[in-house]
Amino acid sequence: MTDKLAQPFTQAKTAEMADRMAQEDVQGRSPWTDARRRFMANKAAMTSVLVLLLVFIFSIFGHSLSVFDIETIDWDVLGNVKEAGRPSLENGHFFGFDENGRDLYNRVVQGSRISLAVGVVGALVAVIVGTVYGATAGFIGGRTDSIMMRLVDIFMSIPYMFVLILLLVVAGRSITMIFVGIGLTAWLDMSRIVRGQTLSIKNREFVEAAVAIGVPTWQIIFRHIVPNLLGVVVVYATLLVPQMILTESFISFLGLGVQEPLTSWGALISEGVKSMNYGTLWQLAFPLGFFVVTIFCFFFIGDGLRDALDPKDR
Amino acid sequence: MKDMNASDPLLKVRDLKVWFSIKRDGAMPWTPHDTLKAVDGVDFELMPGETLGIVGESGCGKSTLARAIMRMVPAEAGTVMWLGDDLLSISKRQMNAHRKEMQMIFQDPLASLNPRMTIGQIVAEPLKTHFPNLKDKEVKQRVREVLDRVGILPNMINRYPHEFSGGQCQRIGIARALVVKPKMIICDEPVSALDVSIQAQVINLLMELQEEMGLSLIFIAHDLSVVKHISTRVMVLYLGNVMEISESDQLYRAPGHPYTEALISAVPIPDPKAEASKEVMLLDADLPSPLNPPSGCVFRTRCPHAKDICAQEKPMLTDRGNGQQVACHLR
Repeated sequence: MTDKLAQPFTQAKTAEMADRMAQEDVQGRSPWTDARRRFMANKAAMTSVLVLLLVFIFSIFGHSLSVFDIETIDWDVLGNVKEAGRPSLENGHFFGFDENGRDLYNRVVQGSRISLAVGVVGALVAVIVGTVYGATAGFIGGRTDSIMMRLVDIFMSIPYMFVLILLLVVAGRSITMIFVGIGLTAWLDMSRIVRGQTLSIKNREFVEAAVAIGVPTWQIIFRHIVPNLLGVVVVYATLLVPQMILTESFISFLGLGVQEPLTSWGALISEGVKSMNYGTLWQLAFPLGFFVVTIFCFFFIGDGLRDALDPKDR
Repeated sequence: MKDMNASDPLLKVRDLKVWFSIKRDGAMPWTPHDTLKAVDGVDFELMPGETLGIVGESGCGKSTLARAIMRMVPAEAGTVMWLGDDLLSISKRQMNAHRKEMQMIFQDPLASLNPRMTIGQIVAEPLKTHFPNLKDKEVKQRVREVLDRVGILPNMINRYPHEFSGGQCQRIGIARALVVKPKMIICDEPVSALDVSIQAQVINLLMELQEEMGLSLIFIAHDLSVVKHISTRVMVLYLGNVMEISESDQLYRAPGHPYTEALISAVPIPDPKAEASKEVMLLDADLPSPLNPPSGCVFRTRCPHAKDICAQEKPMLTDRGNGQQVACHLR
């Protein structure tokens, strides 16, 4: 075939070439498409996606199913929650009442909203900051890398729960402060993982090729490094969301987190635990159920993503 | 940039040295680092339209030399004159302007293509980097043309590297190098990862393209028969030093340096009788460590003809006439 190419261009050859040029483009199968196909084949992960989707829908549209709100106290029930406050479909209090005579269904919806928001936003901040920071440190290397990573080491050596609690006590207990406090520490692990990945990708030949072409450093980072480490980042991010939710719940369980009348899964579970002895188990069961199911879902999805994105790693 | 005569060399490398400092195992922070002289004083010239083959054993500094010319590893000393500019001393911005005139092809065809980009994006990258004002349509048209030229169907531009064979991937790598119409391409063992029939195709393609576009090639390989086929002149490296630079035919007919002799005698002949009666010049001992190279001539520890002078004085690369330069005291 090479001999054919060497021949001078004849009219027929030109026509042939025009023909080849005019052909419809063939669509390629990207590594992402392959990964999606593998993920779709994973039953546990797909079920988890479905369940998680339902939890999200519940947290967004849940309020419109109920005529009650999160603050109104039913004075008839107060003091007799064990008998009169049971979950029931007839009176519209699907999840019953909490210890203060408020509708538990709406409080769980509210709690889901805040817990999921903390989880997703916290993980998102961690992913963005951690990826950019880690990829930059890893790719530039040398002294820059040393300084940037020592900084991470220093931040990591501070017990972050202590800092978070201090922050909430000093700056006041608000949801913004929880976001700030969690976001401040969550990106550290991420940046370490990303830096490690970057170091291994940076020595691959296609990055060398980009350097030889003269592609600017930041374009190499964003076009060649980041897309190739996104697999690891995505997996880690899905595992980070439940971790964020757990942290927030722990803080709320201690009573430092979300403040009344707002609530979160952690705060609801905390209240449920306090009233366990009075026989009002549903106050614990509903928030705990949502909490456990969500965290399981995230773990299964993370597992599925890892298998899908890195088939060699099984 | 001054006007160039056809007889002026495109690239003139003088006394190029690339040294790496190596930290010894268990060394204290204050102990001095060892110096690995990967390339130690290399001189050569590259004419427009010519192919210079570079051969040598693994670890003799072939790839490091190529990367030093492209300024991908820092050089210790020397000059690399390219069209009147010293590539080693100009600013990063000026260097980037020159990068579109020199491109590189890599050894591992698949690994040199980003798995997350379509081949259209890969081939377009040099264009978009060096000609940011081109419209998307023009870029696409140019990418399709160059892909067609290297023998990849242009309608494949949306496919990903893993959907192609090794030979096809190397063609895509060649297309990426060609798309900016460079003056020189450095081929770093472009065929050693391919099987023999594909090797021939890729090499013939390179030779055709060279003729069409008047390219200069620096062709690094360890396969002497491949180098003979493609090169106008051949440079033989040993432990970061030039042993010999000769016209290709001359080198194979009458090697000037004992090391070249040994290399050529080791090339198998595709004829069982001739192969059996052929005398292979085996070299004693192993390649010395580049951390601690022999004094004088670096080849003397393995040279069958070594004399006292070889240990004391480093032989200079001297012209023997008929286009042959040899670094040896005895010849």
